[in-house]
Amino acid sequence: MTDLAIEAEGLVKSFGATKALRGVDLAVPRGTVLGLLGPNGAGKTTAVRILSTLLRPDGGRARVGGHDVVRHPDRVRRIIGLTGQYASVDEDLTGRQNLILFGILLDLGRAAARARAVELLQWFELTEAADRPVKTYSGGMRRRLDLAASLIARPEVVFLDEPTTGLDPGKREAMWDVVRSLVLDGATVLLTTQYLEEAEALADEITVIDHGQVIAHDTPDGLKRIVGGQTLEVRPSRMDDLPRAAEILSAVATGGAKADEIRTGVLAVPVDGDAAMTTAVARLAEAGIPVTELSLHLPSLDEVFFTLTGRPAENPNRPAENPNRPAETLEVS
Amino acid sequence: MATLATPVRRPLPLIRHSAALAVRSLIKTWRTPEALIDVTAQPALFLLIFVYIFGGAVSGSTHDYLQFLLPGILGQTIAFGAIAIGVNMNTDITKGVFDRFRAFPIPRLAPLLGAVLGDIVRYVVVTVSTLGMGYILGFRLQGGVFAALAGCALAVLFALCLSWLSVAVGMSVRTTGAVQGILFLLMMPLAFASNVFVDPATLPSWMQGFVKVNPLTHLVGAVRGLFLGTPVGDHVWWTLAWSLAFVVVFMPLALRIYRRKV
Repeated sequence: MTDLAIEAEGLVKSFGATKALRGVDLAVPRGTVLGLLGPNGAGKTTAVRILSTLLRPDGGRARVGGHDVVRHPDRVRRIIGLTGQYASVDEDLTGRQNLILFGILLDLGRAAARARAVELLQWFELTEAADRPVKTYSGGMRRRLDLAASLIARPEVVFLDEPTTGLDPGKREAMWDVVRSLVLDGATVLLTTQYLEEAEALADEITVIDHGQVIAHDTPDGLKRIVGGQTLEVRPSRMDDLPRAAEILSAVATGGAKADEIRTGVLAVPVDGDAAMTTAVARLAEAGIPVTELSLHLPSLDEVFFTLTGRPAENPNRPAENPNRPAETLEVS
Repeated sequence: MATLATPVRRPLPLIRHSAALAVRSLIKTWRTPEALIDVTAQPALFLLIFVYIFGGAVSGSTHDYLQFLLPGILGQTIAFGAIAIGVNMNTDITKGVFDRFRAFPIPRLAPLLGAVLGDIVRYVVVTVSTLGMGYILGFRLQGGVFAALAGCALAVLFALCLSWLSVAVGMSVRTTGAVQGILFLLMMPLAFASNVFVDPATLPSWMQGFVKVNPLTHLVGAVRGLFLGTPVGDHVWWTLAWSLAFVVVFMPLALRIYRRKV
């Protein structure tokens, strides 16, 4: 047994002439969240569909919970939960009927499937709508039901393919709480997203893919360091101190860079490590310059994304994709 | 959370999971009863049209023609009614819910078998509604209760087996419109180059060869014999043989195409 819940080596997949994946490696330790980040068409969904046994890779190997996804798909299916980009529930059935049907298909037995449905409906605040056909649900309600459906058998490994695309911010936070509670219960989560803040909020590690290839893999903080060092920001209490403070900051800055006044009364310099901050504090104190604000910033993931892929992150407010189109089409388009 | 939702391996997964998925089909039918129009209003309308427009010309009397025609209409409605499942499966597999079924540890055949079994209700409805309309117009069963029940059972069995042809087409064609078109073209000659509407002896000899092997001829021949108390000859055996053939050929074919779509 390995301590990796998900491991993939050199996954390759083509759709006709389109190479969706060109050798993707992934490794997710048990009990952690991996954020799979990438622009539209990068191959995120294809990777998830291979790992969840919905697609066969053309090349490479992948194991989930120690089971090979090609040789033992049934063993993999017993331990995973999957929430796709569009709701995988039956529109003509009620929310409750969907959950009971899935529970029975997952071999919980009729009574336990019923009880589990009640529990999940409560957890996802769908109790009131439980006995209405899903086609009357709002987009957010469908997403919640879909997520509930993938948690019926308490899966060890949960795949969430853009779980919050198209949700309003309030609902997104609620979804994040669910992901956090899954991890507290010991599950491993692979989450694809286009929202950088989502990856930052949830993921222990982030793999960035573009054009079917992994272009970076690190912790969120590690990724930010790729773009360059940190920024030290200081706001002296008295405006008169600005020139002297600027001199001091310049002395601790990377390569002696000049301090910029980025906002009125706020000086900023690029620095190389956390030590620069301590030094700056000591020297400012020695010089008798009181400060009201002092902070160390990593670059935002947006900047990281731009540096890695050469283009800005997707607009998070773009309209949701047609929910009925198959995911491959979305991926290769 | 209170419930221990631990999956337990239980015996006969194919049967249990197919049954659960058949219940899903039944719920859907219950919610959209208008989807049953092709197996309720349609045979009634066909009975009325054919009996009163062609009855006099074909049999000399509308009553005699009704006795002859009713088993035929039942067979014809079953043939055309089978189109629906192919169309439905074609739309169904493009929807998200089939992705979930595919990611479940259930036999691959279960979603297909479940849909076919769930269609039993459609075929029971067609049998009852055709006989009901027939009774109103004056049709009378003459072969006794058991023969009549056997005739109905044979019709439903044949319909379920024929469904696999429809499912296979539904799996392999890209659009629902195409599924409908192809199946209609297949069912048309089955329904008309047969003993459904007329005595095959009146047909040109080149067509009779086809009529003799046409599965619908055998179904209608068998049901006619059982309903009217006349000899069924080897029609029952041929019907069973065709039913078996539909399953043996088209079930694995449908499953193969479905798997490849994964």
